[in-house]
Amino acid sequence: MEKVILQISSNTQVGKDVYLMRLEGDLSSIKNPGEFVEVKLDKYYLRRPISVCDYSSTHLSLLYKVLGRGTKDMSSLEVGTMLDVIVNLGNGFDTSLSQNPLLIAGGIGIAPMIGLAKEFNSKGIKPTLIYGAAKKEDIVLLNELNKISNVIICTDDGSLGYKGNTVSYLKEHKLNYDKYYACGPQIMLKYLALFDTNGYVSLEARMGCGFGACMGCSIETTNGPKRVCKEGPVFEASEVIF
Amino acid sequence: MSLEVKFLGKTFKNPIIPASGTFGFGYEFASFYDINILGSISLKGTTLEPRYGNPLPRIAECPSGLVNAIGLQNPGVDKVVNEELHKLKEVYSDLVIANVGGHSVTEYVETCKKFNDAETVFAVELNISCPNVKGGGMAFGTDPEVASQLVKEVKKVLKKPLIVKLSPNVTDIVKMAKAVEEAGADAISLINTLVGMRINLKTGEPIISIKKGGYSGPGIFPVALRMVYEVSHAVSIPVIGMGGISNAYDVLEMMYAGASLVMVGAENLINPYACKEIIDNLPKVMKEYGIKNLQDIIGRTK
Repeated sequence: MEKVILQISSNTQVGKDVYLMRLEGDLSSIKNPGEFVEVKLDKYYLRRPISVCDYSSTHLSLLYKVLGRGTKDMSSLEVGTMLDVIVNLGNGFDTSLSQNPLLIAGGIGIAPMIGLAKEFNSKGIKPTLIYGAAKKEDIVLLNELNKISNVIICTDDGSLGYKGNTVSYLKEHKLNYDKYYACGPQIMLKYLALFDTNGYVSLEARMGCGFGACMGCSIETTNGPKRVCKEGPVFEASEVIF
Repeated sequence: MSLEVKFLGKTFKNPIIPASGTFGFGYEFASFYDINILGSISLKGTTLEPRYGNPLPRIAECPSGLVNAIGLQNPGVDKVVNEELHKLKEVYSDLVIANVGGHSVTEYVETCKKFNDAETVFAVELNISCPNVKGGGMAFGTDPEVASQLVKEVKKVLKKPLIVKLSPNVTDIVKMAKAVEEAGADAISLINTLVGMRINLKTGEPIISIKKGGYSGPGIFPVALRMVYEVSHAVSIPVIGMGGISNAYDVLEMMYAGASLVMVGAENLINPYACKEIIDNLPKVMKEYGIKNLQDIIGRTK
């Protein structure tokens, strides 16, 4: 965990209500894809917990959806703005646990999959990615995703790819994988875990601090209470009590 | 120039203490900075048995703070004494304050007893003011008779100083303070959170799972300051002031009002370095106001 000051080098809309912000600075403390950061915004008391999309030792990308007033203000921040960010939060995904991974994303849950796919790429693995959204307009960064993974698109209305959700797709198609890595709406993760517990799910929660102090985001697991911000956000699908 | 203050016979290197519930059991903050600079640490509220607490969401943001309804999540007193205190001792060499919550007199008494032999615990802070536990803490904090009875029972078994943490959710805070003083409390800490709520405009439903929670943050500072002022001038036992302190100026103000020590709460959640920054800034701010010794300003505001 480290508090750093980062400079916005781009902040552009990449889909319906979805923005990609690139920040520059010392990001050497980020260790794993699937970690998150806590962004301090002027006028708001609490920081915004946002998933790490992509990173290197000198840059950080955040893919975020405008859902409330905070993220709305965030989307209007200009290039050059300095932001106070706590980085290296949460456990992130452990890529050493799989040789043949399946990535599953729903909606804005696509964010950590970019860093995750790239991490697998560095090990010579091009993972399969099932990416679901409500409709075509909600699918973002498809060109980039095609470079780093074998993408299967699912939309609820069938406007692009398979018509139906990611879990239905998985049920109907025999995919070969040893572990899955998933991020998306709680309901998607719940039905995914009901279908197959052999994987990892990244959860989200309203947080107070984001670094383990307040117990604001503790969930019940089969191994007792765990904090989404500290022991998570990535959990074994089998331990989460949905 | 001295930051030292005396409190219940012990000299504290400075008056800055992270407030219960905003600092866990302390040791996790050691990855941010050397926590030995802290005057003391008030530990996460502890109950007799382990508690998961309330369902999520437990947090709702406010313009100048947050509403929380954690519900006293903790691993239970045995684990706190046998595990958490040991982990903390490895990274913090000074004495700490245990914080005890409960649902019944028996539960409070039994939990307090278990801290008697914990050598790193200097005093017990009795949380009779948690707004987030059904039928629990706050009932003891809003009725002077009930509070007095509880303090008497705890005093019979506790071998360490007893600090009673008061709720601001009362009509007459002075009446509560006097009741616990007469019952034998060695010190008073105040204020706990103010009962508040937020509503999700998309659903029209409360954000917090149990609808209401405790509001803390800079927004409550003037209320806290007023209550610390009133209480410290009405009782003869020392007072620990807290509620919305976010910088060294607030610390001085709280001490002028009558606080011997101060606790920093919500600020820890948005800035893990909050207590360190306040301690680092104190000498500069004291100099700005011509204060040589912090001890001298306690309760100076008449």
